[in-house]
Amino acid sequence: MKADVPPSGPPLVELKGISKRYGDLLANDEIDLSIEPGEIHALLGENGAGKSTLVKILYGVIEPSAGEIRWEGQPITIASPVEARSLGLGMVFQHFSLFDELSVAENIAVALSDDWSLSTVRDKLGEISRTYGLALDADRAVWTLSAGERQRIEIVRCLLQNPRLLILDEPTSVLTPQEAEHLFTTLDRLSEEGCSILYISHKLEEVRRLCRRATILRAGRVVATIDPRASSAREIAALMVGNAVGDIRTDAPHHPQGETLRVSNLSMTPAGLHGQALRDINLVARAGEVVGIAGVAGNGQSELFAALSGERLADHPESIAINGKLSGAMGIDARRRLGAAFVPEERLGHAAAPTHSLSENTLISHAATEVSRSGFILMNAARRVARSIVQGFDVRTPEGDPQARKLSGGNLQKFVIGREIIRRPKLIIVDQPTWGVDAGAARLIRQALVDLAREGSAVVVISQDLDELFEVADRMAVIHQGTLSPLRPIGEWTKEAVGLEMLGVAQAQGGAHAV
Amino acid sequence: MRFELTPRTNSPTVMRIFASVAAFITAFLIAGFVIWLMGRSPIAAFDVYVLQPLSDPWSLQELLVKATPMALIAIGLSYCFRANLWNIGAEGQYVIGAVLGGWLALRTHGTDAGAWLLPLMVLLGIIGGALWGLIPAFLKTRFGVNEILTSLMLVYVAQLILDYLVRGPWRDPKGFNFPQSVTFDPSATLHPILEGGRVHYGAVFAGIAVLVTVIVLGRTLFGYRLKLTGDAPRAARFAGFNSKATTLAVFAISGGLAGLAGISEVSGQIGQLQPSISPGYGFTAITVAFLGRLNPIGILVASLVVALTFIGGESAQIMLKLPLDLTQAFQGILLLCVLAADAMVSYRIRFVTRGGGR
Repeated sequence: MKADVPPSGPPLVELKGISKRYGDLLANDEIDLSIEPGEIHALLGENGAGKSTLVKILYGVIEPSAGEIRWEGQPITIASPVEARSLGLGMVFQHFSLFDELSVAENIAVALSDDWSLSTVRDKLGEISRTYGLALDADRAVWTLSAGERQRIEIVRCLLQNPRLLILDEPTSVLTPQEAEHLFTTLDRLSEEGCSILYISHKLEEVRRLCRRATILRAGRVVATIDPRASSAREIAALMVGNAVGDIRTDAPHHPQGETLRVSNLSMTPAGLHGQALRDINLVARAGEVVGIAGVAGNGQSELFAALSGERLADHPESIAINGKLSGAMGIDARRRLGAAFVPEERLGHAAAPTHSLSENTLISHAATEVSRSGFILMNAARRVARSIVQGFDVRTPEGDPQARKLSGGNLQKFVIGREIIRRPKLIIVDQPTWGVDAGAARLIRQALVDLAREGSAVVVISQDLDELFEVADRMAVIHQGTLSPLRPIGEWTKEAVGLEMLGVAQAQGGAHAV
Repeated sequence: MRFELTPRTNSPTVMRIFASVAAFITAFLIAGFVIWLMGRSPIAAFDVYVLQPLSDPWSLQELLVKATPMALIAIGLSYCFRANLWNIGAEGQYVIGAVLGGWLALRTHGTDAGAWLLPLMVLLGIIGGALWGLIPAFLKTRFGVNEILTSLMLVYVAQLILDYLVRGPWRDPKGFNFPQSVTFDPSATLHPILEGGRVHYGAVFAGIAVLVTVIVLGRTLFGYRLKLTGDAPRAARFAGFNSKATTLAVFAISGGLAGLAGISEVSGQIGQLQPSISPGYGFTAITVAFLGRLNPIGILVASLVVALTFIGGESAQIMLKLPLDLTQAFQGILLLCVLAADAMVSYRIRFVTRGGGR
């Protein structure tokens, strides 16, 4: 079943002049791309560059407006994901589509065609797990698994169908460095066996680790196909963003002073069935500094955010102090009035209402902004605020005052971060500031957070992106199963030490990261 | 084969208006077909249902009288429905409003009470409806009980309370054993707006409710709170809007307006308490609220349209011997047509043949 095509043969898949038009917007403009058998090919580009559109065309989700797809030299049309799968395409999406309550084997079986029984799935699962080192317990419920293990389910699900081309969309965004390395080994192995891989990522380091060829998209066009190992990360980033990427300026002298946020012995029971309890959290953020909180998803980050923002109240008022005021029992609005601002992880539905206009969305953090007076909405003021956020934070919007859902992820994130920063808060707590956001927007957001700290605010960044934390944070701690490690200056952390803390094995190894 | 709905990127206002008109025409065509199946002339039915009521002054007044309680209740319901809370017990809140306001009228019967009586009755009506509405809201916020079930079940409790009262303690001793209370004194009766006319001051209450709601929903933070709670509940919590307080508030508002409709109806229209004081206004108002797309002006128009079907239905029963149930069937057909038209404006319907993915 594995491709056994001689290197001189035609590419496994070849896209020629693929274009996709949505009204006035050309999402893909004459894209050429070819993938050889057994090749790991990177697809790089900002959000909105057209990567998802291109991949969806290849996977039969959407139909191209023009262009041709060749499979082993033969022109074909892929009308649906079912057809794509029968050709031998497998796709691992960025967001997992798994049922939390079902077991691993059940989750795999529901996605396969009817001629797979649960017991054949279980047998094959064991075989594939052994061959590729993808350890998975067939009978465990999915909600007990880490993000890395969940991703393994998605990968195994594809492998069971003997794919000849595996597409991975941002696969490492939820993994620890150790888990990511494990994934790379699996991918190398698949590639040796002749399976081609299309690897979509923003992270240049891992693209250079894995791939010999990378196609870079910008604004719907192919700007270059390069060997990522022969170019520097800076050159590649410049190709993606279109202008030279500057480093985040963090070197301005600063002297943190005054405790803006103090968290003392904060404990909380889990909110839901699969929530994570918080255990005895201690944290101080001073005016003028960025505090980073690293950790793998699901280790209590959202619970910590809810406790800090006041969406969930603490049992003891004294466990949280904002600007010196005991605020553990205060709601989110009261905390905003103390000068705090919050940006949750989910942009759509939590930070912003998808079907509401941007100006209406400014009302969501209305208490501290000037968009209402004695219960009445000042619609003109709201529009003005929305406009200054759009201008000040380079938010690219389709038209005047569009619905929040019409914005791309990166632009909406710039909007929700801008909405809080424009108020010049004394304290800002941000959960996953650049999750799924393109390089350009991520840089703007990080710079804005660092600038806010340098102006004398305290900034707390909860993030899974270690590179990001090393770039912006002055001090950092790691959260693991609801427990926070001590805060240390960023210079005292190494990636390995952080990785060990993330896995909860730091103590077991006798303080391998101790300084 | 199956079909899929994909959202349209833009749907112009012209399309929306056209869709509403098309929905009405379709509803009339379907109803006409049903009437034809029953062996009557659809054209004669259209004449009796629509044209005659609209060309007769008496019927036009009747139209306003019937539309009043439905508009009041549906306006209240729009507060709940916008926040994605499902009060379907307005009928019960209407009854309790009538009972509590009516209690004062019976209590003061024959005492020649002053001008304070009517305002106090109206106030009691609002309070009664609001309290009855707060029961499911409290059960939901305190114990997480589904408000759809409790609000509906409380309708039957309210109706049985009224039934008991008018057959027992509140029965008119001189009423030949009919289950009804004494007739309210003139001082406890909502007067007609025009001398000798049928339209009473309840219509003014409905007008005020519409105007206030236009402002509250469009211009105030409270209105935005309801919209945000309905559209993105997590974002509402993030905005600092307490969802329990929202639930209690909208149930109190919609219960209060239903109670106002109830007391207005018994004191302005019926003039006494009796076992049945509503032809299902509280339930029909749900249809009215959605026909009006939860918009106060739309609800005003929808209440008039539905009132027309009530009046037309009564005359059709007399003149064409058509069953009264046909009226309810038509209301249902109309609602379905309007909802379908709405869906077709907002979504593109795509038929997918086999092989289109699972």
